[in-house]
Amino acid sequence: MDFLNALVALLNFVVIPGASYGAQLAIGALGVTLIFGILRFSNFAWGDTMAFGTMIVILLTWWFQSLGISIAPLPTALLALPFGILATAALLLVTDRAVYRFYRKQKAKPIILVIVSAGVMFIMNGLVRLIIGAEEQSFADGGRFLISAGDFKTMTGLAEGLAIKGSTAITLVTALVTMAALFWFLQNTRTGKSMRAFSDNEDLALLSGINPDRVVQVTWVIAAILATIAGTLYGLDKSFRPFIYYQLLLPIFAAAVVGGLGSPLGAVAGGFIVAFSEVVLTYAWKKVVIYVVPEAWAPESLLQLLGTDYKFAVSFSILIMVLLFMPNGIFGKRG
Amino acid sequence: MKTLYLFGGVAFLYVLTGLLLSWNVSLSILVIGLLSSITALGVNMQWGYAGLFSTGIVGSVALGGLAVVFVSGQPVPEAFAAQGDGVFLLSAGWQIIASVVLALLIIAAAVRLWAAMAPGRRRNLAMTGLLVAGFFLYRAIFDPAVSAVEAYDPATHGNIGGLGLPSLLAWPVGALFAAAAAWAIGKICLGLREDYLAIATLGIAEIIITVMKSEDWMSRGVKNFVGLPRPWPLPYEVDLQQSAAFLDFCANWGFSPITASTILVKLIYCAVFALILGVLIWLLERAVHSPWGRMMRAIRDNEVSAAAMGKDVKRQHLIIFILGSAVVGMTGAMYVSMLGQLVPGEFSPLRFTFLIWIMVIVGGSGNNWGSVLGGLLVGWLWLVVDNAGPAFADLITRSMEDGALKTHLKDVAPQMRLLTLGVALLLVLRFAPKGLIPEK
Repeated sequence: MDFLNALVALLNFVVIPGASYGAQLAIGALGVTLIFGILRFSNFAWGDTMAFGTMIVILLTWWFQSLGISIAPLPTALLALPFGILATAALLLVTDRAVYRFYRKQKAKPIILVIVSAGVMFIMNGLVRLIIGAEEQSFADGGRFLISAGDFKTMTGLAEGLAIKGSTAITLVTALVTMAALFWFLQNTRTGKSMRAFSDNEDLALLSGINPDRVVQVTWVIAAILATIAGTLYGLDKSFRPFIYYQLLLPIFAAAVVGGLGSPLGAVAGGFIVAFSEVVLTYAWKKVVIYVVPEAWAPESLLQLLGTDYKFAVSFSILIMVLLFMPNGIFGKRG
Repeated sequence: MKTLYLFGGVAFLYVLTGLLLSWNVSLSILVIGLLSSITALGVNMQWGYAGLFSTGIVGSVALGGLAVVFVSGQPVPEAFAAQGDGVFLLSAGWQIIASVVLALLIIAAAVRLWAAMAPGRRRNLAMTGLLVAGFFLYRAIFDPAVSAVEAYDPATHGNIGGLGLPSLLAWPVGALFAAAAAWAIGKICLGLREDYLAIATLGIAEIIITVMKSEDWMSRGVKNFVGLPRPWPLPYEVDLQQSAAFLDFCANWGFSPITASTILVKLIYCAVFALILGVLIWLLERAVHSPWGRMMRAIRDNEVSAAAMGKDVKRQHLIIFILGSAVVGMTGAMYVSMLGQLVPGEFSPLRFTFLIWIMVIVGGSGNNWGSVLGGLLVGWLWLVVDNAGPAFADLITRSMEDGALKTHLKDVAPQMRLLTLGVALLLVLRFAPKGLIPEK
């Protein structure tokens, strides 16, 4: 029984939160890695792109709620998601036309594009804060729990409860569908194949008649889909605040670098590696350990390796490890 | 000649502010502008001379600020000497210092071990083992000492305190702190893709600020560290207002002693910062026109050919990265000792990383005078928009009905400057990528 309790506590506090956070990071990192693969720069505006998409979703959610439209028990935000994606795609395409294209035609150094993307970051950040403000917004509605801790306890008679939030289930399902669709698209469609070819060898791809403008446009649209989904899932699961979304840049970059910038498979793996490392290192293990060790050995301290404030330090340490020992990441080929 | 006009134009802006608003406002913007110019010079060393893009400027600034707490913060002997469960070295303060030194030694040992052993599974295991064991050993020594220190009078202290030395001494120490961090980061990230330095510095800055926010024993974390002394030769306004000589002077010229004292203090700050700025520019101009400066530009413009000429590109990048960060760190120390308090929440990446970047790029990358101009101009814009944004929101909302929209517009008015800065950066990068004063 004690062992089961430990297992349930582990699932409840480590595995499930880690998986859901990992899925959010993975989708975010997929966007970063795609942009890197096709456009060849690290997009510092990414966190704020996510914030923009989420903001549109939130505004539409509020509007739908005021009209009384709902798809309960699913959150209304899912209904608003496609419109959020459309708005974000429009924003990204306009940004590309107005800002990035000029430097692409010039064949500017990647670092110039990084600085330009920092400028775009400012604008998007300012835009989001102007429209929705800098404060925290909560927009989750619909069923809160699939299984609540109390129900689980009465059902199984265990001392530990297992709660599955509705948002967790939605995160996992949506993430799975998104990733499957993206990989299918990259592997099997003509456009997807031309994107991979373009990412592998630009000159060769151009020689074989691939239209670079089209590839770039499709990339931005996919990026908009990924940014809005990742942002909305994160916001449903936790909450929305522009500054937090800017800070998400670090774990997302870490995930993309761990997997190897430019590698979609790597981005997914990286997302889960970063998320689980964060959760494992900042979780207070006392709750699990008390069930498996004899009472006399029960620890006094919380058995927490790092304070939760230091979750950025975890992403950063992983990033540093990868840069030190395998600068091309796990699945990367280019330096 | 154009340079002179540009500086004249900026001077005019400051004079205008003085005439229209008040000389106090104008001077306080000038103090910050001068300080930002020095920071911009440091960033210009990294970007303008060497093409290194760091997004962690705010981390260097914060480290410099932390140095002020250590060097000139009031000592808290009771907390430093605290005893408690698990404090077995001399006292809690010494035990914290010992554990931090131990942590550094463990990392150094791991690096040596990695270099000494042959690649393979045994090396991986040995290093992982050393680091994990080291981490637990460090926490075992560090944790009890920290609880003992933080238990002492947490409302006003709860930290080990500083050395109580003059604030001026903290400035070089701040530079040293930032240089040490830059050395570690540079060792790891330089020589890889350019993006990696940008990503890694973003992370280290975030961590430095998190540490300063959450380690109460060090600088009281988010409870802020107050009461840092002013640097020599700055007088306090209160003292001035009581000094007979100063009161006589005010009476002779017909100034109000209160206004005159605040203005005098700001003038002295301007003089001190301008002096440092002048010395730094003189040094940098000499360096840029020396063989070393030519080599740096050669490396920046074409790494491959510079390497072919036998220049150690990675080493030179590391040197300039450290020097630039040291300058930035010093300005952090200057800033904090000017404020007289360390408020970790104040170190936002937008204000201390990206704003400085805009100063460098607007002024002219690679040109020292450009950075100074950018610092004074963008610093002025930033602080004036700060005042003008809400006033503008006031103006357009005046005729509106009271309601949600009006409050919203007033709330978000300060965010206008993010948008303005972003647009300014993009416009300069697009239409005047060399900045106002291009590199010669």
